Amino acid sequence: MPELSYREAVRDALATAMRRDDEVFVMGEDIAEMGGSMGVTQGMLDEFGPERVRNTPISEMALVGAGIGAAMQGMRPVVEVMYEDFLTLACEQIVNQAAKHRYMSGGQVKVPLTVRTQGGAGWSPGAQHAQQLEAWFVHVPGLKVVFASTPADVRGLLYTSIYDDNPVVFFEHRTLYGIKEEVPDELEPIELGKARVHREGEDVTVVATGRLVHEALRAAEEAEGEGVSVEVVDPRTLQPLDEETLVASVKKTNRCVVAHEAVTRMGFGAEVAAVLQHQAFDWLDAPIERVGARFTPLPFAPVMEEWVVPHAADVLEAIRRTVGRNGH
Amino acid sequence: MAQVVPAEHELRRVIGDGESIPDREVEGLGEADLLELHRSLVLLRTYDERSLVYHRQGRIGTYAIFWNHEAMQAGAVHALDDEDWIFPSYRESAIGLLRGMPASTVLSWWRGHPAGWWNPADYNVASICVPIATHVPHAAGLAWGKKLRGESACALVFFGDGATSEGSFHEGANFAAVTDAPLVLLCNNNQWAISTPLEAQTRAETLADKAVGYGMPGVRVDGADVLAVYEATREAVARARTGEGPTFVEAVTYRAAPHATADDPRAYIDLERVEEERKRECVGRYEAYLERLGVLEPEHAEAVRSEARELMRRGIAQAEAEPPPDSELLFAHAFVDPPASFGSDLDELRRILGDG
Ligand SMILES: Cc1ncc(C[n+]2csc(CCOP(=O)(O)OP(=O)(O)O)c2C)c(N)n1
Ligand SMILES: [Mg+2]
Repeated sequence: MPELSYREAVRDALATAMRRDDEVFVMGEDIAEMGGSMGVTQGMLDEFGPERVRNTPISEMALVGAGIGAAMQGMRPVVEVMYEDFLTLACEQIVNQAAKHRYMSGGQVKVPLTVRTQGGAGWSPGAQHAQQLEAWFVHVPGLKVVFASTPADVRGLLYTSIYDDNPVVFFEHRTLYGIKEEVPDELEPIELGKARVHREGEDVTVVATGRLVHEALRAAEEAEGEGVSVEVVDPRTLQPLDEETLVASVKKTNRCVVAHEAVTRMGFGAEVAAVLQHQAFDWLDAPIERVGARFTPLPFAPVMEEWVVPHAADVLEAIRRTVGRNGH
Repeated sequence: MAQVVPAEHELRRVIGDGESIPDREVEGLGEADLLELHRSLVLLRTYDERSLVYHRQGRIGTYAIFWNHEAMQAGAVHALDDEDWIFPSYRESAIGLLRGMPASTVLSWWRGHPAGWWNPADYNVASICVPIATHVPHAAGLAWGKKLRGESACALVFFGDGATSEGSFHEGANFAAVTDAPLVLLCNNNQWAISTPLEAQTRAETLADKAVGYGMPGVRVDGADVLAVYEATREAVARARTGEGPTFVEAVTYRAAPHATADDPRAYIDLERVEEERKRECVGRYEAYLERLGVLEPEHAEAVRSEARELMRRGIAQAEAEPPPDSELLFAHAFVDPPASFGSDLDELRRILGDG
């Protein structure tokens, strides 16, 4: 099995779909000659030409809107919004348009659009370039939302998202582009709405997304040394949520920590906790713990950014709390 | 009613080439003013060149280089009064220096240190806007407010050629026009938006043409000619103050450096063209003009340069001497009245950091 970086895996999913289907194309800011601000589309202009790897003006609303227009006539556009912070400029198109066309036409119009974007802390770009806004979009009926945390996942999930007939908002994490993982020789699509159990365990389930999947795996190693067996599950698709896998895991371990990089308050973790307490109430032996960023904008100062977003140590502490192993 | 006139296409120039193109002079500018402009140009140039070094030394973070943009920045600001507001983008990060802001403040900003926060009202320089064009409506709103309050101040907003593709630019410009807001829209047309060249950004023959659609004058100047920018901005400011509304000034230059320190333009830019443009850079051009005019003595120029270098040396030393930020600052400014529940977040953080 070949090893791909997360960046190469995204590129491979795009290129595989584009080789297979003329309906698939990519557009975004600085994605052609430069290959995108994260280098994801590097080399694609040479292979596919400027009609299928389209540089656009700096117009996020028109970029997503034009993607909707293309999707309405049977294309499968993948648009890249350079930073997820700038999804804000395209929100009318994503929230009021892409998400609603099917519903408001009685199912007659479909919008198979994929909006790829990236974000996340860890390189200190400040309050407007590192947010994690996925919770905004899971709240909108009509949108599917994916957040992939590994090369194999990002490859299989992006490919499936492109072929999904619903609009998909597809989140990548800035600090993951360099990580590597073995992937199948042939691209294997991964069904949306299916969680991945990264590591099996008996005592606590950690439900984690994005960068926090890796932090959770580190925390699980350490907990192991303390005699606590941790199961790590990544929902991968946030909307629809694989409730079945999460509930089954918690029924086995009886304890749960939910971890994401986005702010904790009013976050995605609250929804997961609500689902679990409702469906696994009698199995829970401890309150569900949440790990996320503190409720404040991200500071530009590198040291201060570290203080705001969660790390493995925060996940470990939460694990300890659920098993009653620390004094807090 | 605003009179809709075709925008200018010829670039306005004051500085000649020392050969076939003659120099002009700007009415009302004396020798002292010319030297003051020179001092500003040198200050900005020195700030920019030293910042690049500081970045390489790891003393400041990613930095948006403004080499060869100094003329449009200094020319525009000199045409304003101190009461007038400036709305910078990341490309004009050091514009506050021209309003007396200490270099250590701007350097602290690029170091991500709280000492880099300034109160806009102290300098009439708004916070730096990094999302593209989203500050254009702020400038329109502030300018309109000045007018409604019967104050004479106006506003000037800097934004790039790429920014003209954003809805915020369009909506802000139209808003300013409809309200006759005393605003100067100063478009830094450096012909690139990261890797995207101007011709992929617009089909308009010039960016100044866009002004016609808003019913405001569109002026085009050589953005590397500090006097041309000064003169055009002064005219726009005069219109603004007499209630005639906004003006769009397209200042044309060339981004003869990477977009920012994190950018490697070799994949998309013609390096020979860059070399050509670097030879025509704006500070040298102005110095040659002043020398032809007999205004600039070499000793004076050297004194100005060493004064600017000294200012930077002191600035970086001061910025680096700032104590590490207090963790309390994380929560202090998100709300005017931070919710009581934040107290527990801070306690928790202090416990983790072992300082509380
Ligand atoms: C809303 C938004 N979209 C995209 C970006 C990413 N971005 C940063 S700078 C830039 C290019 C801007 O070009 P231009 O307006 O010409 O200004 P210049 O950098 O040349 O001064 C882009 C696309 C951003 N900061 N904000
Ligand atoms: Mg530009």
